[in-house]
Amino acid sequence: MGRPLTITEKIIQSHTDANTVAPGDIVNARVDIALGNDITAPIAIKEFEAIGIGEVFDRKKIALVPDHFVPNKDILSAKQAKMVREFAKKFDIENYFECGEAGVEHALLPEKGVVLPGDLVVGADSHTCTYGALGAFATGVGSTDLAYAFAFGELWLKVPESIKVIFEGKPKKWVSGKDLVLYLIGKIGVEGANYMALEFAGSTFKHLGMSDRFTISNMAIEAGAKSGIFEPDEITEDYVKGRAKRDYIFYKSDEGAEYAKVLNFNTESINLQVAFPHLPENSVDISEASSKNIKIDQSVIGSCTNGRIEDLRIAAEILKGKKIAKYSRLIVIPATPDIYRMAEKEGLIDIFMDAGGIVSTPTCGPCLGGYMGILADGERAISSTNRNFKGRMGDVTSEVYLANPAVCAASAILGKIAGPDEVV
Amino acid sequence: MIFSGKVFKFGDNIDTDAIIPARYLNDSSEENLRKHCMEDADATFSSKVSKGDFIVAGNNFGCGSSREHAPIAIKASGVPVVIAKSFARIFYRNSFNIGLFILEADTDGMDNGDMLEVDTDTGEIKNKTKNTVVKAKPIPKFMAELVNAGGLIAYAKKKIKEGKK
Ligand code: SF4
Repeated sequence: MGRPLTITEKIIQSHTDANTVAPGDIVNARVDIALGNDITAPIAIKEFEAIGIGEVFDRKKIALVPDHFVPNKDILSAKQAKMVREFAKKFDIENYFECGEAGVEHALLPEKGVVLPGDLVVGADSHTCTYGALGAFATGVGSTDLAYAFAFGELWLKVPESIKVIFEGKPKKWVSGKDLVLYLIGKIGVEGANYMALEFAGSTFKHLGMSDRFTISNMAIEAGAKSGIFEPDEITEDYVKGRAKRDYIFYKSDEGAEYAKVLNFNTESINLQVAFPHLPENSVDISEASSKNIKIDQSVIGSCTNGRIEDLRIAAEILKGKKIAKYSRLIVIPATPDIYRMAEKEGLIDIFMDAGGIVSTPTCGPCLGGYMGILADGERAISSTNRNFKGRMGDVTSEVYLANPAVCAASAILGKIAGPDEVV
Repeated sequence: MIFSGKVFKFGDNIDTDAIIPARYLNDSSEENLRKHCMEDADATFSSKVSKGDFIVAGNNFGCGSSREHAPIAIKASGVPVVIAKSFARIFYRNSFNIGLFILEADTDGMDNGDMLEVDTDTGEIKNKTKNTVVKAKPIPKFMAELVNAGGLIAYAKKKIKEGKK
């Protein structure tokens, strides 16, 4: 028996020719899926052409999701989307998603079974780490990296150290994956896991669903992490079966695997969280946030973090039969067309519209300050997205507060930052 | 290589939205990215920076998005080296891939307008204004090879050529 390995080390090792790997090793890893979007793929395509290899490594292992500025927000965005489309056509890329099928990439690819447990995924998008929720090693890279992966089907990676994060106990009412991850980032800071893999474990995750795991893995990058992984279990299996069109592997960390750190949290004492501008680490309990009487102009519910059907259901539960505050906006963005359709069938769209909100077609939209809800100078939003950097959603003097969909919905009703218990 | 120029100093956690705001990402041309480089951290940066100047920052420079537009914008501004106490992972990787030097060093003694002389081979950073010398952390061997090869694409081309022989 060799050195006991973490799940992350095992997945990386299984994608190399090495017999074992250790943190710090630089390896050439084979990739199962290489992902780009309408912003990052154009640069990758140019670089791919510069390599001059002529063929992509595998048309089935590339995913292209135009989601950031699509449906095209202006002529320049249309050109970028066109470039991605032309590339997809030329190489007959299997997982290219045209406008009507596309949604926010990190919600879409798991939903469609494109990314699976045990995969090694690289994506030219920092939130590629979302797929760690499935028990995959998934990490964000740049466009040049993506070009290299398109050409050779492999990429250099440094094997990361792992931090094990254990949440024990049942979450309080309304407390979700978003609150746990904001709480964690508040504790360890935006650089707290820089270059490292976060590995999540504990009894709490038996009480929460896949969507909460996606939210948590999604925000691993907000602590600087390379990836954020969960050991797959029966909850993963339930999600994956019926979606997967190829084999997948459940890896588990070995007994005695080494961690740079082990962090233990008691979930029962964690409250709803709100992260203040301009860093995700500025998280505080809802009681503190609410007591400050922070007026909001806009509430956004969507994104790869919290735009799944479970999120919309929670928001609808709070908004049902209520109206949002006068002179405020509520923008709901189902993350994928399937989610949109489900929300429609379940009557959620009506609830949002009756409350005075609008429902957008799937897109990243305002999350990165693209379009579909940009903030003016001095405006303030509460958002279920993942970043509250200065100017992230619009003017450089605007502010973004991060929270879960329940808090975003309650805040929309009161026109100020508030918890769901204040409205239901 | 040795570079000299003046310091543009920034604080901690300069994120990629500050380096190149998303509103400009509908055009990945170097000229567009250069024009808006650092705009949300210092709106006057692109008009003041000269070829050879340095961006110097605190912790966690380049955190946030994976957009390679960020190091491209910096390189297109004529900045050859970014010096910070620490870098976010994807920014670090992107910089080496496109051939922008990144040095990790104690930047507390470097202020706006200081003249530096930076040797990327030895990691020695001379502050000629303050007459001090700081040593940067050595660049990992693999990364140095990558930059010396001219970045990842040049490395890839070499790989194809060797394969075809
Ligand atoms: S929803 Fe926001 S964080 Fe997610 S991929 Fe889109 S822009 Fe990035």
